[in-house]
Amino acid sequence: MARRLGWAPYVLLVPSLVYLLLFFAAPMFQAFGLALQDPAGNYSLTSIERMLRDVNFSNALVTTLALVVLVLPLQLVLAMAMALVVNAKLKGSGLWLFVFAIPLGISELAAGIVWVSVFTQRGWLNSVLQNLGLIDRPIVWQSAESMWLLITLVVIAEAWRATSIIMIILVAGLQSIPPEFLEAAEVYGAGTWQKVRRVMLPMLRPALLVALVLRTILAFQVFATVIALAGSGLHVLAGEARLWATSIDNDNVAAAYAAVILVLSIVSTIAFLWLLPVREEQQI
Amino acid sequence: MHTHARSRLSGYLAIGFAVGLLVAACGPAATSPSPAAPGTDEPMSPSPATDAPSGSLTMISSQLVPVAEAEKMQNTILANFAGEVQFVGADSGPFNDQIRAQEEAGTGDISLIGGLHGEFSAFAAEGLLMDLSDVVAEVGDVNAEYLELGKLGTEQQIYIPWMQNTYIMAARQEAMEYLPEGADLNALTWEQVSEWGAAITDATGERVLGFPAGPDGLWHRFFQGYAYPAFTGGVNTTFASEAAAGMWSWLTDTWSTSVNPQSTTYSFMQEPLQSGEVWIAWDHAARLIEALRNMPEDIVAFPAPAGPEGRAFMPVVAGLAIPNSAPDPEGAKELIKYLLSAETQATTLREVAFFPVITADLPGDLEPGTQAEQEAIATMTSASDALPSLLPIGLGDQGTAYNQVFRDAFQQIVLDGGDPATVLPERLPDLQATFDASGAACWPPDPPSDGPCQAQ
Repeated sequence: MARRLGWAPYVLLVPSLVYLLLFFAAPMFQAFGLALQDPAGNYSLTSIERMLRDVNFSNALVTTLALVVLVLPLQLVLAMAMALVVNAKLKGSGLWLFVFAIPLGISELAAGIVWVSVFTQRGWLNSVLQNLGLIDRPIVWQSAESMWLLITLVVIAEAWRATSIIMIILVAGLQSIPPEFLEAAEVYGAGTWQKVRRVMLPMLRPALLVALVLRTILAFQVFATVIALAGSGLHVLAGEARLWATSIDNDNVAAAYAAVILVLSIVSTIAFLWLLPVREEQQI
Repeated sequence: MHTHARSRLSGYLAIGFAVGLLVAACGPAATSPSPAAPGTDEPMSPSPATDAPSGSLTMISSQLVPVAEAEKMQNTILANFAGEVQFVGADSGPFNDQIRAQEEAGTGDISLIGGLHGEFSAFAAEGLLMDLSDVVAEVGDVNAEYLELGKLGTEQQIYIPWMQNTYIMAARQEAMEYLPEGADLNALTWEQVSEWGAAITDATGERVLGFPAGPDGLWHRFFQGYAYPAFTGGVNTTFASEAAAGMWSWLTDTWSTSVNPQSTTYSFMQEPLQSGEVWIAWDHAARLIEALRNMPEDIVAFPAPAGPEGRAFMPVVAGLAIPNSAPDPEGAKELIKYLLSAETQATTLREVAFFPVITADLPGDLEPGTQAEQEAIATMTSASDALPSLLPIGLGDQGTAYNQVFRDAFQQIVLDGGDPATVLPERLPDLQATFDASGAACWPPDPPSDGPCQAQ
């Protein structure tokens, strides 16, 4: 069988391979190269050292990891619930899919700005709370003095903005589960929760894996929402990379930050592949 | 009367800037450009602009970068120019990169550069800029001190002054009743501002002082041109001094009692002033103007307060220069003449609140917001304790790293609660590195230095 295909599959793979090499592998190695040079272009650890003693490095690392840890489970639960609603074939399920997917069409920065108008001191949230008589004077939500409050705001904005991409992947996964499996479960008397727990989730493992890997990598890169909501009150790795590249104009330290993001992404991807191995019977 | 006030203002700013720069020029490394004179191997006139789109001219600028300002420049200020102009506002990093990249390639789109004295002195030192002596006669009555500064101490006219500005204060009327007893709004001290803010916090429970400490705010200029010189009499030579530690303690106390903690999200103070989140603010005049224009009855402009060493303020003079590699130098010269005409200078003032550098009377009256800013600036620059503190000179592409030192110190001391006595010495090496890398000598108000400025 394979012999009859000959070289055809490999030839067909070439375009995507070239694309990956050109636009992913090459810049990746370039970034590592830049990170290992000083601004004069000599190979040294100067830029890495500069990054490590950057005032905001540890802040940025902690905040980025905290965001990933907080956003991911929240989004998975929300996306699963949304996917089940869409998949339940309720009346107007097409409408649900449409509504849930709206945030996909909104850029990260625009979403951040929308949330600023909600959380700013003279914003929607304070107006509503004041009109309901719940608070006497506006609360400063975006205060640089409370890191966890700022992180909470970013988590809310990110959950709103980027849950739908996970939902889409899960909906696709749900729809590819053969109905016979669910019917068989019903015959044996499984309830809704048992069907979700014993049939859907195990069958969804490949989709979940894709969603987790994708979302984690994107969460490591988050910065526009953070800049919009927290300004210079909160630091994330991608934000520091941007700062060093555009404001401070030092590409080497910026590349060092990018390299940290890259390493974190690779490590987390490997961890997910290891923690959630897809067994053969789960591949549909 | 308006026009009289205008030329007076122009004069004061000019004197402040000129005095400072002349002191700086005493330092040997200050400005020693190696201009690209005819006869050097530097290409004076590039190959004819055959590859440039005919009739379209590109101007890159480190000024008027915010989208709203860039849009007004492109669509209103440049609208009546005979040719087509593409205005590109660029942050410091890309600004330096693009100009140097064009010079290295020997060809490119940029015909005209709008920038600051310090930026031009770096470009001129690398021989990137064309002599504009022939343009001077054609632009007419530009402020003479500024023109002299544009020569960077050479025989050639390296840049032509374009527009000027500075940083001031603004406050909402409801703050006035809390002004400390006996305090004069036009001659405040920074200590009085703290008392003022604290009084409002006591009365209302809200922290209403505001600073542009957001990612795109000009917060570093507050330290370089206002807080440091006002409290220590210098910037770089007093960076880690006892007086500096005192200034940081003052700011930390003020911040925790009366500065709105949302300040780290503000890039322009005109918005929080209008919404009422902030009652008293410091910022660039062009970043306060919308508040003063939209609410002239409710918001007042006033001079920057003084510290123990004087009423420090930072005059900003932007200029225009043509790179040797310009594809259309003649078109660029026409554009310089256009930008310096009385009509365009008046439009610039109206649209983006940058003040004129020409001495001629401007057509039309000023509306109240601009008028208020102008009076505040005139009072500030002519105050008996005025202490002009210049934008960095000679730092070139180290300017951004220089700014970051001040922002890092702020982060560590005020936001993270560090002790100035330990944080400031920690930041000194970063500060010194920018002088060593650029060779920049000290500039006023620091005393002139032999060789690179020595941070202390």
